[in-house]
Amino acid sequence: MNGLVSSILEHYNQWVTIFLMVAGLYVVVARGNMVKKLVGLSVFQTSVYLLYISPGKILGGTAPILIDDPNAVYSNPLPHVLILTAIVVGLATIALGLGLVVRINEVYGTVEEDEIFERSDDE
Amino acid sequence: MISTQLLDQLPALQVCLPLAGAALCALIDRRYIAWVLTTLISFAMPVIAVMMLIQVMTVGPISYAFGGWEPPFGIEYRVDVVNGFLLVLISVMGAIIMPYALRSVAAEIARNKQAWFYCMYLLCLAGLLGMAITADAFNAFVFMEISSLSMYVLIALGRDKRALVAAYQYLILGTIGATLYVIGVGLLFAMTGTLNFGDMAERIVAVEQSRPVLAALAFITVGMCLKLALFPLHVWLPNAYTGAPSVATAFIASTATKVAVYLLLRFYFSIFGAAFVFEDLPVTPILLVMSVAAMFAASIVAIFQGNVKRMLAYSSVAQMGYITLGIALATPIGLTGGIVHLFNHALMKGALFMALGCVALRIGGCRLDAMAGIGRRMPITMAAFVIAGLSLIGVPGTVGFVSKWYLALGAIEAGWWWLAFLIVGSSLLAVVYIGRVVEVAWFRAPTGTAAEATDPPLSMLIPTWILAAACIAFGLDAGFTAGVAAEAADALFAGLRQ
Amino acid sequence: MTSSDLILYALAIPFVTAILIPLAHRVPNLREAITLVGAGGLFVTVMMILGRVLAGERPSLGPVEVMPRLEIGFNVEPLGMIFACVASTLWVINSIYSIGYMRGNNEPRQTSFYVCFGVSLGATMGIAFSANLFTLFLFYELLTLVTYPLVTHKGNENAMKAGRVYLMLLIGTSMLLLLPAIVWTGFLAGTLDFTPGGILAGNASPALIGVLAFLFVYGIGKAAVMPVHFWLPAAMVAPTPVSALLHAVAVVKAGVFTVTKVVVYIFGIDVLASAGTVDWMLWVSGGTILLASLVALRQDNLKRRLAFSTVSQLSYVVMAAAILAPISLVGAAVHIAAHAVSKITLFFAAGSVYTAAHVTEISQMKGIGRRMPWTMVAFAIGALSMIGVPPTAGFLGKWFILQGAYETEKWIAVGVVILSTGLNAAYFLPIVFSAFFEKERPEHVGEHGDHGEAPLPIVIALTLTAIGTVALFLFPDTLVFLAQSMVDGGAMVEGVPDPDMLADPGGVGSDTAVGTEAAPAEEEAQ
Repeated sequence: MNGLVSSILEHYNQWVTIFLMVAGLYVVVARGNMVKKLVGLSVFQTSVYLLYISPGKILGGTAPILIDDPNAVYSNPLPHVLILTAIVVGLATIALGLGLVVRINEVYGTVEEDEIFERSDDE
Repeated sequence: MISTQLLDQLPALQVCLPLAGAALCALIDRRYIAWVLTTLISFAMPVIAVMMLIQVMTVGPISYAFGGWEPPFGIEYRVDVVNGFLLVLISVMGAIIMPYALRSVAAEIARNKQAWFYCMYLLCLAGLLGMAITADAFNAFVFMEISSLSMYVLIALGRDKRALVAAYQYLILGTIGATLYVIGVGLLFAMTGTLNFGDMAERIVAVEQSRPVLAALAFITVGMCLKLALFPLHVWLPNAYTGAPSVATAFIASTATKVAVYLLLRFYFSIFGAAFVFEDLPVTPILLVMSVAAMFAASIVAIFQGNVKRMLAYSSVAQMGYITLGIALATPIGLTGGIVHLFNHALMKGALFMALGCVALRIGGCRLDAMAGIGRRMPITMAAFVIAGLSLIGVPGTVGFVSKWYLALGAIEAGWWWLAFLIVGSSLLAVVYIGRVVEVAWFRAPTGTAAEATDPPLSMLIPTWILAAACIAFGLDAGFTAGVAAEAADALFAGLRQ
Repeated sequence: MTSSDLILYALAIPFVTAILIPLAHRVPNLREAITLVGAGGLFVTVMMILGRVLAGERPSLGPVEVMPRLEIGFNVEPLGMIFACVASTLWVINSIYSIGYMRGNNEPRQTSFYVCFGVSLGATMGIAFSANLFTLFLFYELLTLVTYPLVTHKGNENAMKAGRVYLMLLIGTSMLLLLPAIVWTGFLAGTLDFTPGGILAGNASPALIGVLAFLFVYGIGKAAVMPVHFWLPAAMVAPTPVSALLHAVAVVKAGVFTVTKVVVYIFGIDVLASAGTVDWMLWVSGGTILLASLVALRQDNLKRRLAFSTVSQLSYVVMAAAILAPISLVGAAVHIAAHAVSKITLFFAAGSVYTAAHVTEISQMKGIGRRMPWTMVAFAIGALSMIGVPPTAGFLGKWFILQGAYETEKWIAVGVVILSTGLNAAYFLPIVFSAFFEKERPEHVGEHGDHGEAPLPIVIALTLTAIGTVALFLFPDTLVFLAQSMVDGGAMVEGVPDPDMLADPGGVGSDTAVGTEAAPAEEEAQ
């Protein structure tokens, strides 16, 4: 029992990641509202940021800027850079998604998927 | 005289030219100038790709350190037979469609959005080429998103209001797919500390049996299968193909899913290693079942579609099944079949969707009942459709037969003779759905708008016919395609490890 | 002109004709002239090739590699030569006939009709001359596809339905069974070349040979072995020239030709005989012969009766191949030619009756012989040939097949031949009898009015083929020689003529003796 608890606590960052991942995915699948789906998608993507960033942090490490101390521990900068890119990508995706939702709302008058499919089937 | 310095920069040019062109198109915002610019760039692409492929075939793989940062620290662009072939395919398809695009886009897309269409087209091209050329797992993700985002826009530009919903659906599923991929890459990065394909391939051996690596394999498989629309992860595809403008459909259908297949191949064979994926893990049965299910289920659904474009979209899902089947066989012959089908399917689906685009130009849609008798009014267009359709069926003398031959041979070689029967059996379903269109188009009396339709202008006919003729030419002389595919399969089996 | 050139011309002429025809679609006379010139040109070319083949040469063209293991190549061996001769000769006659028929019946879309016809002949030549299974398969499928628009020519619901059956059965069998069989063969043997003696010897177990033979026999749907024969009666909705040349000669003969070719050059008869797993072929072909004859008895529609008769007669060839005796294979080859000439005569007559009297049912044909004597005499000759009565060509094939059956003691085959001869007589002779000796029904006259013979081109065509039916019996030397040299093909591989064969005209002479000897024998029996 103790082992389980400690393993959960030691890897709490992973657990948070997994929780966000699953929660985000659940929202995407379970919600019919297009805006809410995008929110879920955003949560899902955020979990990935965490997945990359959290192992990149080294306890006691400093920013990867060369300092005089030969024993200095540096954090790995690569995950941060990657996630910076991923955030930009995620931003673009959500922006485009919201743009589409706005257009859909203009055309169909609703952002609920079931209503939209009803209206498409009528034609 | 091209200086050698410029020659050395070919891999970068392959991606940067269309990227820059896209930006220019957006800035200029004049539709003709945008078209001319896009045409010029898209015609330069195959030149570059072919030059690189020749170099690869004669000298060996090209490695290009982007920005001068040596791999594995910087991003590496690496061209070998596998992706050299793919680059040629994508860029050639991208170029052939451009002359066709002028009239089709003018007819289907609002005037003020046409320049943006070309901008998105170039962006998509850049993304796909980037995905194919890069040897960096994360860089591939970025290019994947570039191509996907532009693809969502291309689809949303469709005339039908349902195109918007289709684009939205694709955006959701496409993003999930890409995110799953990037999760997989993240896990691999955590285990190996590198993103470079070659580097990763060497370091993964030590940690191969660890749980994160297995999880990474699963994430990447599912993510890529979503992108390549493997049944049952294909739900985004039919709507997207149906809703998109004709030009976008022809382009996306013949390239986008293929690049996803390539990435999957790269990870399976080059990084994880064929032995690990196919011998230690039950990937073969899983892929096999899904591929066969795709071949049959999607073909059967295709038979019942009232919209021809939608029918072909389902057919694409079925055809992707052939490609993944080739991967699942995991033998050189089977894989050759899969790779050669990658190329062949691009040719025939390109021709089919372009022929449909011609029909849409004349009668304003692709509903089967509106196409009655169209064959008599647009004989040249529909003849191209029939040729490509026969190719889809796999009639000997067409490219479809070449693929089927290798796949069936691979199945028999593996001792799965029943699979050989399933492969040829599913092509009978193609006879049914192509036959339906042929019957309506050629043997019914023309009615409505179809009665006044005529063959489209040459700028659209010629590209369509180039692809249709290629379906026959590469069917009668498969030496090049099958040869390169076989070499690619060998290269994949050989792996990236030295 | 080299022999390779000749093959190239023989293949190209029909296709070029098909390309030229639409250019002249506004001038029907020119269009028909092009067809005739094309047919004549092909005939001359094939005859020139025949001359060289008879001299012992085996002309070849190619091969061109499509991909590893798959090549497109042509090689004229005796069986293919027979098939090509039959098809090209009958194309000439059929073209004459078509002109009379299509104009006489005011058929629509005549241009596309002639185009498809030209292409199908090209495909037939490709099949006849193919040097390997892949080439054969290529043209086999092309033939199916290009005859589909001919079957659906009428364009009504009925024709569409028939077209679907036609396409699905032929493409279905060839894709589902034949293609795997070819792939499998290629995998086992490493080659697909037609080789005297076969390519599977030592490469496959007897059980596997049985399976492959099953795949081939049923995969070659054009051979119409029951139960994959449905496409043939369905195809009868096509205009009569199509039924005549394609569904009595080119397409169906392509089927049995392929079966024979596979038996002789892919399996090799010795391999099949020693495998012992192909006895079922005798049963299914024998069964088809009898069943189809029984069905034919019950058909009132003349073309349908002819179609079932064709199904039955095709299985003679399959059975002849299944007997696995060299002499019965000679019979198979001879029967391919003999049945072609006779069946086309029958179809010509059927079309003639339809054109002149607009009659399609047998019950309406009472007394028609007096109005259309030429037609019905030709019909009678064709019918006699179907039954196998000398002096008609049909006798020859049956003779050799029987001989083979006796030699190998395949008594089933003997029984089938005897029974089916009776059945053939039962469904053909009443037609002839009632046409000549029964009174014309007044209500039938009322339907089609007073009529005489069909248009001249039709009469010419059917007279020619009727003469051919008799001539083939009287002068079978070339045919039998070719068939014989197919069986002893081993001696004549690679275009190197066997010196004995050339030096000894007795090779021809002795075969003639077989043919002429046969006649008195049968007469005595009667």
